[in-house]
Amino acid sequence: MSRVVVFDYGSGNVRSAVRALEHVGAEVELTADRAAALAADGLFVPGVGNFHACMAGLRAAEGPVVIDLRLSGGRPVLGVCVGMQVLFDGSDEPSAAPQEGLGEWPGAVSRLQADVVPHMGWSEVDVPAGSHLFAGVESERFYFVHSYAVQSWTLEEPTGAFAAVAPKVTWAQHGGRFVAAVENGPLAATQFHPEKSGDAGLALLENWVKSL
Amino acid sequence: MNVATRVIPCLDVDGGRVVKGVNFADLRDAGDPVQLARAYGEQGADELTFLDVTASSGNRETTYDIVRRTAEQVFIPLTVGGGVRTVDDVDRLLRAGADKVGINTAAIARPELISEVADRFGSQVLVLSADVHRRRDASGAPTSEFEVTTHGGRQGAGLDAIEWCARAADLGAGEILLNSMDADGTKDGFDLELIELVRREVRIPLIASGGAGRVDHFAPAVRAGADAVLAASVFHFGELTIGEVKDALREGGIPVR
Repeated sequence: MSRVVVFDYGSGNVRSAVRALEHVGAEVELTADRAAALAADGLFVPGVGNFHACMAGLRAAEGPVVIDLRLSGGRPVLGVCVGMQVLFDGSDEPSAAPQEGLGEWPGAVSRLQADVVPHMGWSEVDVPAGSHLFAGVESERFYFVHSYAVQSWTLEEPTGAFAAVAPKVTWAQHGGRFVAAVENGPLAATQFHPEKSGDAGLALLENWVKSL
Repeated sequence: MNVATRVIPCLDVDGGRVVKGVNFADLRDAGDPVQLARAYGEQGADELTFLDVTASSGNRETTYDIVRRTAEQVFIPLTVGGGVRTVDDVDRLLRAGADKVGINTAAIARPELISEVADRFGSQVLVLSADVHRRRDASGAPTSEFEVTTHGGRQGAGLDAIEWCARAADLGAGEILLNSMDADGTKDGFDLELIELVRREVRIPLIASGGAGRVDHFAPAVRAGADAVLAASVFHFGELTIGEVKDALREGGIPVR
């Protein structure tokens, strides 16, 4: 059975994530303990609320180091919602105490330009061919709730020996298009909440857990 | 690629039990909110709302327990409202497993509560719940002026409903649950004028509530500007299913999940 740590650095409602991962067969521990987070087969990084507050919380719990160490060893990490946004360079979200993102991927998080914001509800996603995460649920809707998103993907397309591991980017629309998910070797992330996306979300989490 | 219109059943919970009768086949205990929540999830509900109508604060623990058990079994968003007065109340509900919290009277008494909650947990957790009625003219006939009410619609709060919704959005509310007290219980359809007026002034998601009676009531509410539609008794008594409402919306050209 795959062991997953849900990184407990003080970000909102994480109970559903724990239960959803258990539901799809993982053995789940909710903790911010560094050793446990490094040893787990998979690390789930949640995140709700303000980008900068999440970054501050992550830093206080040594999250950046834990994530870096895991990725350098090819160990899977899944970031969700703001837990995905913090993987980019930074955010335009206003803050009294601005924090830089983790910079795992280039790009900034910016406010959605739509008639109604937050983007709240179930949206379709545009999944690239060969996605492992979305296998079997490519045509389903997923539950989003956010006002900010990554709206351009600027990572250079890898060539040569690296072409085979090019990141798979899934898009969605609200006002304009934005990044809904990324699969990039051991690092994966979704802007939507798979743990709140009913059967489709559970299937996606199961795909991730089975890959660990 | 538009976001789907959400169809949301609302359950009134008192001391751990669903009140206002529920008439569902295949349920061992129709008063158990967790079983009902699961049944609605299976029917295709896009979200669930629990309205805690428990009068005594001593019974609140029961509500936390229900939220906890529901969040462990039903993997769709859960909003909990009723009796939420402080940032700590919000914190406890979120920790129990709620995704969003509805605030009503406490925000009217002290609007800063909206900003405090939004600053601490993010706008997305805060649903401003507005119980609204039409002001009456001298002859007692309803006008096109809308007022916020408290105490289940029995008392006017002296606030213009449209201005209040706009102000709540400015203060950081993530969504508005707009409940027409005039339409509530009539089953004559949503108050479309109210929805249109609020839609014109606010750019956050709007949940229409009050008055649903037939499947063809829902699409007009969406055309008037609602992003989501909420109903209680028509679902509980099995008069309408979530699926029937979604079929009707789909036939009206409105995207649903």
